Amino acid sequence: MQDATSDERLRPGAGEELVFDATPTLAHKPTHYCPGCHHGIAHRLVSEVLDELGLAERAILVASVGCSAFSYDYFNVDAVESPHGRACAVATGIRRARPESIVFTYQGDGDMAAIGLAESVHAANRGENITAVFINNTVYGMTGGQMAPTTLLGQKTTTTPLGRHLLGEGGPIHMSEIMGGLAGVAYAERCALDSVKHIRQAKKALRTAFSCQMQGLGFSFVELLAGCPTNWHLDPLKANRRISEEMIPVFPLGVFRDVREERKQSEVQA
Amino acid sequence: MSRIVFLEERCKGCRLCMEACPAQIIRPAGRFNRQGYEVMETEGRCTGCASCALMCPDTAIRVFRDKSGGKTA
Ligand SMILES: Cc1ncc(C[n+]2csc(CCOP(=O)(O)OP(=O)(O)O)c2C)c(N)n1
Ligand code: SF4
Ligand code: SF4
Ligand code: SF4
Ligand SMILES: [Mg+2]
Repeated sequence: MQDATSDERLRPGAGEELVFDATPTLAHKPTHYCPGCHHGIAHRLVSEVLDELGLAERAILVASVGCSAFSYDYFNVDAVESPHGRACAVATGIRRARPESIVFTYQGDGDMAAIGLAESVHAANRGENITAVFINNTVYGMTGGQMAPTTLLGQKTTTTPLGRHLLGEGGPIHMSEIMGGLAGVAYAERCALDSVKHIRQAKKALRTAFSCQMQGLGFSFVELLAGCPTNWHLDPLKANRRISEEMIPVFPLGVFRDVREERKQSEVQA
Repeated sequence: MSRIVFLEERCKGCRLCMEACPAQIIRPAGRFNRQGYEVMETEGRCTGCASCALMCPDTAIRVFRDKSGGKTA
């Protein structure tokens, strides 16, 4: 690994300002993710938001299973590993036992929307004051590209070699819409990581989600449409195009629930 | 002129920075790092917009913006 401190090029010259640097909560260690995998972008955005909101010291990550199973290695925050979809249940316990902490889960679509759907939906419905970061890459990435609940109709995976078929394998699960329909949810937004514009919006959504938790408004949820070039058998540039051309039409971007104004007003009335 | 620095040992050669650069000044360098990934280089005028760094999944880019209005060098 390059030693940043001894690299001449990393010293600002006269009239220069360092306008993009790594944020302290993102661990310096290189990740095991494939080239062009969007998990790295998502990690960076979460870390930047924790640092900008001053939450890193009291943040606790609940990690999951999937390619992000080792995410505890990549965030400089305390972490508990809760594989096989149980992250929202474990996060519930941590947040209730240590109400001063800021607790977030980081889960893939196989982990959260298949294996741990019950834990996720019920934690959200109970209005647990936690934040869930949900990575929708339409496959089980870590285990080699099997069908996920989010797999698109017609999409070929190792377990749907002829393409996913509605009657028999079901349709893609819309987690943001499901979360958006639950009374305990304070905030639900779907974003994408395929372009600079979308990445900026994703960071804004994460900031809103964590600030809902800081205000004790309930469950906050951010879905990130993310690329898995390896299991899509596409190069990283084509994988980005697949997000804009094939995923976003099925998974529209936007806010599916936001109770910030409503809860502020009910406080005024009370 | 603004400039970017590639931390070459972090780079995985995905080329997402190349496509993200509005000024289209990033290109493959024809050199490979210790992991065997082809690293990138710039050729041309950088505006310091940081689009490349926002897109990089491996935090391999640092951006220095020229505050002197581009008058020096
Ligand atoms: C109960 C259980 N089912 C299946 C597995 C195997 N397994 C490990 S990771 C994974 C898929 C995770 O996929 P996803 O959550 O979409 O994460 P990604 O790798 O795509 O980021 C599976 C099925 C397991 N470990 N435990
Ligand atoms: S398999 Fe897919 S999700 Fe997993 S690290 Fe590689 S690109 Fe990322
Ligand atoms: S900072 Fe902007 S102009 Fe400079 S290389 Fe990066 S994307 Fe291109
Ligand atoms: S986006 Fe980052 S990892 Fe990918 S080629 Fe550019 S510098 Fe390397
Ligand atoms: Mg997945």
